[in-house]
Amino acid sequence: MTDASANVATAGALPARRSTRWLARTREARFAALLLVPSVIVVFGIVIYPVLRTLYTSFYAVNSPFPGNYPGVGFHNYTAALSNPGFWSAVERTAYFTFVSTALELLFGIGIALLLYAPLRMRWLFRTIVVLPWALPTIVNGALWRYMFDANYGVINAAFTQLHLIGSYKAWLSSPFGALNIVILADVWKNTSLVAFFLLAGLATIPRELYEAARIDGVTPFQAFMRITLPLLRPAIVVVLVLRTIEAFKVFDIIYVMTGGGPANGTQSVSFYTYQRAFSDEYFGYGSALAYLIVLFILVLAALYIRALRSDNYGIG
Amino acid sequence: MREDDERPITRRDFLGTAAAGTAAFYLAACGSGSSSSSSSGKSAGTVTLNNLFQQQAGYSASDIAGMTAEFEKANSNIKVNNTLVAYEALHDKIVAAAPAGTYDVVLGDCIWPAEFGSKNIVKDLTSLVQGLPVNEIFPGAIQMALYKGKYYGMPWILDTKYMYANTAMLKKAGKTTADLKTLTGMVSTLEALKSKGVLKYPFMGSWKQAEAVVCDYATLVGAFGGKFLDSAGKPVFNTGGGVQALEFMKMLLDKGLANPSSTSSAEEEVLKAFAAEQVAVNWNWTFQLAGATEPSKSKVPAGDVAIMHTPQGTPGVTPPGVNGGQPLMITTGSSHPNEAWEYIKFITSKQAQNNYVKDSLPIWAPSYDEPAVIKTAGAQLVSVAKTQLPDMILRPQVPNYNAASQELQVQIQKALLGKTSAKSALDTAAKAFSAGAPV
Repeated sequence: MTDASANVATAGALPARRSTRWLARTREARFAALLLVPSVIVVFGIVIYPVLRTLYTSFYAVNSPFPGNYPGVGFHNYTAALSNPGFWSAVERTAYFTFVSTALELLFGIGIALLLYAPLRMRWLFRTIVVLPWALPTIVNGALWRYMFDANYGVINAAFTQLHLIGSYKAWLSSPFGALNIVILADVWKNTSLVAFFLLAGLATIPRELYEAARIDGVTPFQAFMRITLPLLRPAIVVVLVLRTIEAFKVFDIIYVMTGGGPANGTQSVSFYTYQRAFSDEYFGYGSALAYLIVLFILVLAALYIRALRSDNYGIG
Repeated sequence: MREDDERPITRRDFLGTAAAGTAAFYLAACGSGSSSSSSSGKSAGTVTLNNLFQQQAGYSASDIAGMTAEFEKANSNIKVNNTLVAYEALHDKIVAAAPAGTYDVVLGDCIWPAEFGSKNIVKDLTSLVQGLPVNEIFPGAIQMALYKGKYYGMPWILDTKYMYANTAMLKKAGKTTADLKTLTGMVSTLEALKSKGVLKYPFMGSWKQAEAVVCDYATLVGAFGGKFLDSAGKPVFNTGGGVQALEFMKMLLDKGLANPSSTSSAEEEVLKAFAAEQVAVNWNWTFQLAGATEPSKSKVPAGDVAIMHTPQGTPGVTPPGVNGGQPLMITTGSSHPNEAWEYIKFITSKQAQNNYVKDSLPIWAPSYDEPAVIKTAGAQLVSVAKTQLPDMILRPQVPNYNAASQELQVQIQKALLGKTSAKSALDTAAKAFSAGAPV
């Protein structure tokens, strides 16, 4: 074979090899895509389809669980919700619940995290005990607090009267505002441990040398907390605030178990209000619009937090 | 080792195996389906019924299991799976499961036939029910499944709120059950119980924001001669007896005769308080009698538990009790409507109901003269039931009952908590019964 013919042969072999590789890659890609099909179906079926279906339903006056031809109402479900005083009352209660419960969880969470970070004997045991409330199912937690605050045979009344803190048994869950605060207490008891563990992880990232240097400089423990711990813990605090605020805004199950939204709607959160309109009253179109309004509220909250994170240059966004 | 054993699994092998597996699974699924289901109703082979009941007032879980076991014994080709949920979850579970046809038989409530019937969630059983001796069923009981002349279920649980009293406590206050015949007598008895230090709060209501508060309110509406709707279907409970009923409830709280925890208590909590000797007088369903006289659950000696007709608002006029009936319904999504009806017919039969009278009395009027029924249920309960059950006040039969009732519950609670007057609260609630959907 001459050089020229060899060159031609080489030139002819190259595209052939390339095309074989291309074919192999295409086959592999197709095979990979095929393997992904089940998960795509699952994700579409349980996430994307319901989300889109709910959006679609929110533009119709759907008042039955069955599929059918329902009249389209445009944005009327949204405007009806936004002009309904009952909806705004539920939003106000939810905002109060979210603000107070998140603030208390953060406050107690920081305290517990600092205690759990201290060099104590059997620290592992304390850490295990602290995580227990969070491990408890919300339904169990709600029932537990409901029984504890029962007006006639609850342990809170028994303990408080024995300690002479109250003169006689009180009906704790019978006033709207009182009941809302007790639901907050139950939520704080359960979720503080989660906050504490997030912050504990944050504490572990703070270099010990900073405290040693501060001690040498004569800084008091309180000053060290304010000048070193708190500023360096801020990223963890913001993350936990985002998570807890969103969760608290969606509160449903603990209210369902403890008060059923009463008395006099005093504990009816916006999620509970939505559930009642959709499933109890069968106003599915209206309920879908309410669900999307909740999503919008949460998106606004999340955007605010992310903005706060960005402004602090924590490398997010 | 053979060469084949060393060969790696190729894409073709993988796809082939997956396809074969899927096909086998599909065929197996089809096979099992064809042997146990049929869309035409009566099926060959074994049929499985999936039913939904409540675990609360009415028949206990063991009663339902007992009736079901007897049915399965008599019908070897039908297997029954029963799911029990709290009453509060029952309606929403029926609605949510309707499109999937999860359940065949569901336990309804007397306030749902309008909603479920008009929305085609349950089947029209008129021809089947009329094939039974309905003239032997209490008139109040037969109403519980009726909407616009059609039966959307078969009556099963027949219940109303009776008056309960702890006679030992009444004795300490110098009173007897005879003093509880009228609402005026009831108030003076409660005042005596309070003033003589027997109990700080002698009465307790089921006035939680739930259907329970509407049932207690309905009992009083009946006592004061009021009505929920007029003959044209217009709400009238915001006038006359309806307003008096709510004012009476508020007065019991204001005078410290009713326990303040009433506004956060349902029937279960009231029963527990009665059993713990923290309540002397209350209204409750039939199940309180069994619960309060059961030594393992109650501190009250069985002989001290009295059950009576609810008090008269107008002396001499026997008041109707609240209709707390619950029918059994067949869902429109049921694949086995014939077997479902067989099951309903069996457990609502005179014979089955006569065998389980501890927590719920039969719908059949002749059963109340059966010696076995009187012996098991107790002569006291049967004699009161004979006067209380024939005439019962039905809560409004409207398709939007759930939404309207929620508004009524909230408004009653607002009045009880002193946030608004009884009249104003009921005026607001009445609008909810006239209004339609929010859009």
